[in-house]
Amino acid sequence: MDSRLFPEAQAKIIVRNLNLYYGKKQVLKNLNLELPEKRVTAIIGPSGCGKSSFVRVLNRMNDLIPEARVEGQVLIDGENIYDSDVDLAALRKKVGMVFQKPNPFPKSIFDNIAYGLRVGNHRKPAEIEAIVERSLKQAALWDEVKDRLHQSALRLSGGQQQRLCIARALAVEPEIILFDEPCSAIDPIATAKVEELIHQLKKDYTVVIVTHNMQQAARVSDFTAFLWLGELVEFDRTEKIFTNPKNKLTEDYITGRFG
Amino acid sequence: MKSSIKKNRKNFRAELSQLLGFLFVRISVYTILLVLLFFFYDVSNRGFKVISWEFLSEPPRRGMTEGGILPAIVGTFLVTLITALFAVPIGMAAAIYLHEYARPNRLTRLVRLSIRNLAGVPSIVYGLFGVILFVNWLKFGTSVLSAGLTLGLLTLPWTITASEEALKSVPDSYRHGALALGATKWQMIRTNVLPYALPGMLTGAVLGLARAAGETAPIMFTGAAFYLPYLPRSFKDQFMALPYHLYVMATQHHSIDQAKPIAYGTALVLIVFVVVFNLGAILIRGRLRNKWRH
Repeated sequence: MDSRLFPEAQAKIIVRNLNLYYGKKQVLKNLNLELPEKRVTAIIGPSGCGKSSFVRVLNRMNDLIPEARVEGQVLIDGENIYDSDVDLAALRKKVGMVFQKPNPFPKSIFDNIAYGLRVGNHRKPAEIEAIVERSLKQAALWDEVKDRLHQSALRLSGGQQQRLCIARALAVEPEIILFDEPCSAIDPIATAKVEELIHQLKKDYTVVIVTHNMQQAARVSDFTAFLWLGELVEFDRTEKIFTNPKNKLTEDYITGRFG
Repeated sequence: MKSSIKKNRKNFRAELSQLLGFLFVRISVYTILLVLLFFFYDVSNRGFKVISWEFLSEPPRRGMTEGGILPAIVGTFLVTLITALFAVPIGMAAAIYLHEYARPNRLTRLVRLSIRNLAGVPSIVYGLFGVILFVNWLKFGTSVLSAGLTLGLLTLPWTITASEEALKSVPDSYRHGALALGATKWQMIRTNVLPYALPGMLTGAVLGLARAAGETAPIMFTGAAFYLPYLPRSFKDQFMALPYHLYVMATQHHSIDQAKPIAYGTALVLIVFVVVFNLGAILIRGRLRNKWRH
């Protein structure tokens, strides 16, 4: 894969010869691709193709699975995140993540957003307050919650919870945000809001979004990677993937012939 | 054909089996309650007769046929305190290690299984072990300290198991969420796991302690005295304890008629001690829950 795919942008993430195993099972097979900075890249493919595993490689959440093993390189800004001297906390601050199911902590809305700041460098309360407000505004949630910041985040609706999780990820000022099927557990209106949000985010962030919803990939992303059985079948500009795919498999998948 | 939703003969069997099932579980609960109520009634009824301010505030007199049980109350309190200070922190820490840090391999499973098995070891075995380890080797003598630590060992398997269950009940999404925000593992555990596991951990700890407070065998050889007219002055002193006193009054005393009422009074005080303990735990748990859930 060559970076001539996006001459207008820098490569933020470079994946080289990536293999991922869960025990004896190989989940990702020799992936090579470059993800552009400040663009939205969608990862699509049928269930079990390894797309969620792939984004979890990018912030090393796969480390939590005891039998997971990674080969190859993942360079972010030129640094291999699988080097032995990598500070995982620093990596995950730089590479934020929004999970499939909204996972607010059973704390107040305010404390949810402030969580990443408090475990990070110790900021002054006034600073934290400002960042909480800014993050909630960025996630288009501020108007709905500004009068109840100290109520439990668990009382929010599913869609609000997901935007809270996005705000929480934004608060630590990451450079990359990974979305792992962020809309699969929320309703269509909330989905529209989250998509609009992702659209806004690419001004400042590099976004990688896993989705099983092809329309969503077409709507929000600039580039799309199609994974099939752990292999990268095609990676191209989204409009090209959806109008004129090179590979027959890609075409079959996006036209709904299998899935 | 449209199916009817009215009751009919066909689902008669299903209903009958459900009825019998409910009946059985209900009878089980009522049986337990009945035994418990009778037990409480009997002990309270006989125990109340001897309980007075004097009974609670004075040492035994005249070969333990008169006076009160103050040394036993204080002794049990102090021993339980030592047990708590020893078993609760270590139990919680061990549970955190097992559940959050240890790799889920064979060794960990073996350790966990051994701990579960320790919970089934007869308490007299702990007593004998306590004599060897604390009284003789570590030279703590027969004392509040030795007995408290022995009871601590007895409680540990319960505390560890209950704490691990409490940790297990905290959803992984809290852990992953915290890590994904750049928390270190210890930060994640301290700020996003322990607070939510704590109520369950404390409940388990208190249940274990309540059980320990009522044990006789482990303290018999490690520090509990048959009769002491005074209170322990340090943790190296011997002491009287409610369960041991009860055992002595009920089975070892020569004057049965005089000892029996005192035994019942002691039993009642011990039960109240344990109940108060458990109520305290429920209160603490409720408070913690409210603090974190809303």
